[in-house]
Amino acid sequence: MKLSPDETIFWQHGFITINLTILTTWALMLVMVIGSRLITRKLKAEINISRWQCILEIIVTGMKNQIKEVGLNQPEKFIGFIGTIFLFIVLSNLCIIFPFYEPPTGSLSTTVALAFCVFLAVPFFGIAESGIMGYLKSYLKPTYIMLPFNIISEISRTLALAIRLFGNIMSGGMIISILLTIVPFIFPIVMTILGLIVGIVQAYIFGILTTVYIAAATQESKSQKVSKTN
Amino acid sequence: MESSTLIAAVSIITAGLTTGLGVMMPALGQGKSISSALTSMAQQPDASQTITRTLFVGLAMLESLSIYCFVISMILIFANPFWNHIIAK
Repeated sequence: MKLSPDETIFWQHGFITINLTILTTWALMLVMVIGSRLITRKLKAEINISRWQCILEIIVTGMKNQIKEVGLNQPEKFIGFIGTIFLFIVLSNLCIIFPFYEPPTGSLSTTVALAFCVFLAVPFFGIAESGIMGYLKSYLKPTYIMLPFNIISEISRTLALAIRLFGNIMSGGMIISILLTIVPFIFPIVMTILGLIVGIVQAYIFGILTTVYIAAATQESKSQKVSKTN
Repeated sequence: MESSTLIAAVSIITAGLTTGLGVMMPALGQGKSISSALTSMAQQPDASQTITRTLFVGLAMLESLSIYCFVISMILIFANPFWNHIIAK
């Protein structure tokens, strides 16, 4: 039994391996890039806009509002990063309705890469907001005794992000494949529908958690400034 | 008992126990959190959006605990390092 789409290998030369995960990831990326390029080629600000522009506007405005509600007051700065991750996970989880498709998020390498992006983005946005010293000081809160625990939490939450997404998507696929051997008639379809819900929820969770982490890194400096002025 | 039999038996029993216990305990916690979220949503319907978002994030945190257990039992069954060591001999 295959645990992940990493094990389906198409081409291998030295340490370069082209497997199903890489292939699906690039296909999804192409679909997203070309699709959004085609839609945004002729944007209009009139009353009559095209259907696709309407869909994109709904998605972007929805993401903006969600980011704002978590506490980042300028969502335009962060929507590029958070929105891209969210849309990629949503698309790769929703495509399980197509036959012979294996979601790339069901492989640990993809989810670790995504979580590593979050791991790097949190200090990036934190430093951009409050400078290197201001960001490093946030590790010493509330007292300097908490320094090792803050570092441990930074690493463990990255690991948790990766394992959570991988485990949810992989378990969905595995349950379907086990059910196919026991009750192959209607029940796998029901589990696939459940897998769609789980995929959307997990993408939402990944996005919201990323937003929360970035908000925690960027806003500690702000609260400090406010308390100083008071 | 041979060591290979022992490893196989212990891995399978532990895999079952891991998933069993690891599903039971987070389920209790999730039930508690959902019931209190429903109570507070019934008392203050205006705050339901915030409560729902926090509930989802919290549920995902709890859910990930049982997912860890599931991943560990999958490793024990399908990618057991000790079993692979025995087979390679």
